[in-house]
Amino acid sequence: MGSGTDLGRVRGLGSSKEGAHHWWHQRLTAAGNLILMLWFFASLALLPAHDYPTMAGWLASPLAAVPMILLVASVFYHFRMGLQVLIEDYLDGAGRITAILLLSFFTIGSAAIAIFSILKIAFTGALV
Amino acid sequence: MATKPNANRPISPHLTIWKWGPHMLVSILHRLTGDGMATVGTVLFVWWLAALAGGPASYEAFMAWFVDGSGVIKPLGYLFGIGLTLAFFQHMASGIRHFVLDTGAGYELKTNKLWAQSTMLVSIALTAAYWAILLKGH
Repeated sequence: MGSGTDLGRVRGLGSSKEGAHHWWHQRLTAAGNLILMLWFFASLALLPAHDYPTMAGWLASPLAAVPMILLVASVFYHFRMGLQVLIEDYLDGAGRITAILLLSFFTIGSAAIAIFSILKIAFTGALV
Repeated sequence: MATKPNANRPISPHLTIWKWGPHMLVSILHRLTGDGMATVGTVLFVWWLAALAGGPASYEAFMAWFVDGSGVIKPLGYLFGIGLTLAFFQHMASGIRHFVLDTGAGYELKTNKLWAQSTMLVSIALTAAYWAILLKGH
């Protein structure tokens, strides 16, 4: 710390203008999760069986595939924020930044596999 | 951000210092269930979807870990199935409690304790009811 103006030294270090977005997005996705996860749990319970033809046939329907994609978007965004807070509570410095970077890779990577899998079933139907 | 933390700074008291109570337990459970679902739940969920997308053979291979050939649920199936169901309902009930607390309500000691206890009763009751329905269908 030394060179630069007072403003230049503090810029980017505080929560000015954007500090509430993490809190708000966590609530926003929590509301989405509540609806989508209850739908998911209810759907699984209402299916007559959980074998391949039943499950793939269910997920091939747009009425299941679209909410499932929304569920992945809302839940994965939500859990990424939750795990970020966990990391921020227990790690400092370079370890914190590395862990958050790996967390982003994990979230985006697993979301990509999940959404691709849903779309594959929705577009190609159940394999016989 | 990348600067070394000052060792002289006061730090927040941790688990070993606070007296245990329902409101503290429910806060820990919220983090535990959330982070448990975010890690274990995500891996199982994505594995399940990818196996389903792969076709009948890969789906059978996934299900064989949790259900045996005659459709009977294995111990691993109960462990992850009931564990994740309980984690979900606990996180859900606790999350709804947080929505109420966000409005500024429920901070009186007795009310706070009652609602904290209620989240645990609700999650156990919903898990039992859900699995009763699930097992009845089979």
